[in-house]
Amino acid sequence: MLYVVIGFLFFAIVLYFLLGGADFGAGIIELFTSDDNKSRTRRTSYQAIGPIWEANHMWLIIAIVILFVGFPVIYSEICTYLHIPLLIMLMGVTARGTAFSFRNYDAVKDDKMQALYNHIFVYSSFITPLFLGITAGSVISRQVDPAADSFLTAFVFSWLNWFSVAVGFFTVALCGFLAAIYLIGEAKEQFDVKRFTKKAVIMNAAAVGFGGLVFLAAEVENVHLAHWIFGNPVSLTAVIAASMSLVLLWYLLSKGKTKVIRILAGFQVTMILVSVGYRHFPNVMMVKGGNNLSLLTNHAPAATINDLGWALLVGSLFILPALGYLYYSFQKKKEA
Amino acid sequence: MNDFLAARSQMALSLGFHIIYSCIGMVMPVFMAISHYKWIKTNDHVYKNITQAWSKGVAIFFATGAVSGTMLSFELGLLWPKFMEHAGPIFGMPFSFEGVAFFIEAIALGFFLYGWNRLNKWFHWVTGIVVGVSGVISGILVVSANSWMNSPAGFDYVNGQYINIDPLKAMFNEAWFSEALHMTIAAFAATGFAVAGIHALMILLKRNVNFHTKAFKIAIVFGAVAAILQPLSGDISAKGAARRQPAKSAAMEANYHTVPYSPLLIGGIPDTLNKKVNYGIEIPGLLSFLVYDDFKTPVTGLDKIPQQYQPNVPVTHYAFQLMVAIGMFLLLIALIYFFALWKKKEWLTKDWFFKLFVIATPLGFIAVEAGWTVTEVGRQPWIIQGVMLTSQAVTPMPGIQYSFYLFTFVYFTLSVAVVFLLSRQIKMVPELYDR
Repeated sequence: MLYVVIGFLFFAIVLYFLLGGADFGAGIIELFTSDDNKSRTRRTSYQAIGPIWEANHMWLIIAIVILFVGFPVIYSEICTYLHIPLLIMLMGVTARGTAFSFRNYDAVKDDKMQALYNHIFVYSSFITPLFLGITAGSVISRQVDPAADSFLTAFVFSWLNWFSVAVGFFTVALCGFLAAIYLIGEAKEQFDVKRFTKKAVIMNAAAVGFGGLVFLAAEVENVHLAHWIFGNPVSLTAVIAASMSLVLLWYLLSKGKTKVIRILAGFQVTMILVSVGYRHFPNVMMVKGGNNLSLLTNHAPAATINDLGWALLVGSLFILPALGYLYYSFQKKKEA
Repeated sequence: MNDFLAARSQMALSLGFHIIYSCIGMVMPVFMAISHYKWIKTNDHVYKNITQAWSKGVAIFFATGAVSGTMLSFELGLLWPKFMEHAGPIFGMPFSFEGVAFFIEAIALGFFLYGWNRLNKWFHWVTGIVVGVSGVISGILVVSANSWMNSPAGFDYVNGQYINIDPLKAMFNEAWFSEALHMTIAAFAATGFAVAGIHALMILLKRNVNFHTKAFKIAIVFGAVAAILQPLSGDISAKGAARRQPAKSAAMEANYHTVPYSPLLIGGIPDTLNKKVNYGIEIPGLLSFLVYDDFKTPVTGLDKIPQQYQPNVPVTHYAFQLMVAIGMFLLLIALIYFFALWKKKEWLTKDWFFKLFVIATPLGFIAVEAGWTVTEVGRQPWIIQGVMLTSQAVTPMPGIQYSFYLFTFVYFTLSVAVVFLLSRQIKMVPELYDR
């Protein structure tokens, strides 16, 4: 049952990255859109994410609950040493979620308030994944130091280091890329398809650039990233698969296949997560001094894991079909 | 402000904020479903307008509740990592189920909000019902997690180790039913009276009287029935607290001395130094009767509880008194309402009648906050009653007061924003719905 719970944890994280990430990305794209076209982008992304955005962010809650029920030591270590980036991320989640629903449900649609909501929405769409990425990078960065004796070393340098920050920006670029690819398929007019394609190119380039920086920063901070990714056949295959799917994606896009490419983009991001995660599984948190936290040794007692596993299995019987039907019906309505 | 106090203040603030949004998020979908049903059945457009107006409010409240809930799921660890490290596996089951229920609620809300004129009308109606039902279930589950902190079960605590963990036993601890019942009824009472009060104000101001009267009628039925049921569930809760948490119970009553024929205290200012209460009204024997069903049995007072394990008596006592006083007042208004329906139909159009409900608008939520103060402050100094002290659970990170200031700013801003948005909604009723 432990593996069922771990499976759900990864499933929730991957889905949050893909769905929540594309959702953040819609705001990032809006941020980097010229003022003339902002409202066009807003309309397309609202039609695309309006009904589903609340559900997309539920995966974060599911992942957190699995973590604190099933792996409480890992949860409490992350919360203790990465308190500050998590706090900033939470502020972003709050600002973003409320601004998005306020701008849609404000009974009076005046320019002044709408502009304020838009501002809050686009900037928090950038900050939230940045700090999510920083947190995630820090978890594997070996910079968290349980033996630290000063405020700075314990609570600041745990996340304010080249590697974590590079991962943060890499995450932002990936979110923007996911969203651009998604929006290409949602755009109704050729003009918008072209615009989103251009955005996808830029985000793709940014992801490659920041990806390179992540490797560079890993060398600086002594994180064995290259070894994790290129040192074993599974990770290597995943990286190659990700690269090949990227080539295929651009080829299909040039052929005008605007819907199927989102599957490839999702696949690509999933492969990146797999390639990084595989080598050090079951260790999920690398800390200074080498007392890494493993999912296989730091889990809750068997009775809890067992009940949690059943709850997740039974719960997903309700959630997954309902969620699938939600996506399906709104996709169908849009096309009709 | 020291870190411990800052952490407690931030937690209190976050819960105090979240509880309002979750109550409304639980109850409003039920009101919506009723008015939606009436619209489908009667084809009276006013009901469609009410449903849509309410649903916009619900979207705002749901989003605010969802983000503040997300914050809380992190704050548990950010502020109380040692607590979560040990308690997570024991009391986490309700949170896992709650995650599922909340997820379903979000999916159903997506269908409901965007489903107008797109979905089959009965399917659309059912999605609204699902929002309400899963909201209520979420609420019950979260309260059940809290009840475990008051009434720990499902593990053995031996030499500082938590062993023989049974998460389901922990979930169905002794206090879960009474707490969940009390909170659910409170949510209906508070939301019912708040919504009814706002519509009553609009009726008094003669704005869209037809619209607001129909909305008022739906809300007040729930509010009034809940207000009548609440004292009964309060009695169950108080009896349980007296048995399981004598310190909390004694602080609620500011009961300093364990004596036969324990008196029930109404009002009064506790004097913590001299361990007595000034200016209160004492009714001899009534406390004993309420707790033990006989007038003589002494009820445990604070003199039987070591000083270091006593909660803050004045805060707990005042909060309790306030909650009970409001409860009684709402009960009275509820009885007047049903009496008017039954015998005095002419009252239902009188100004004084609606004024009564306008006064009651915020009271239910004040009572909810007071009740949570009783339950949380009354449990101190424990975070897990009798097992772990709150001070042992707090994060080692310094500077929590800055985090507290930040949260204060955020919640203050959000509250202002929500009030602003609601007032705009109400102002727009004539334009949007008066065709």
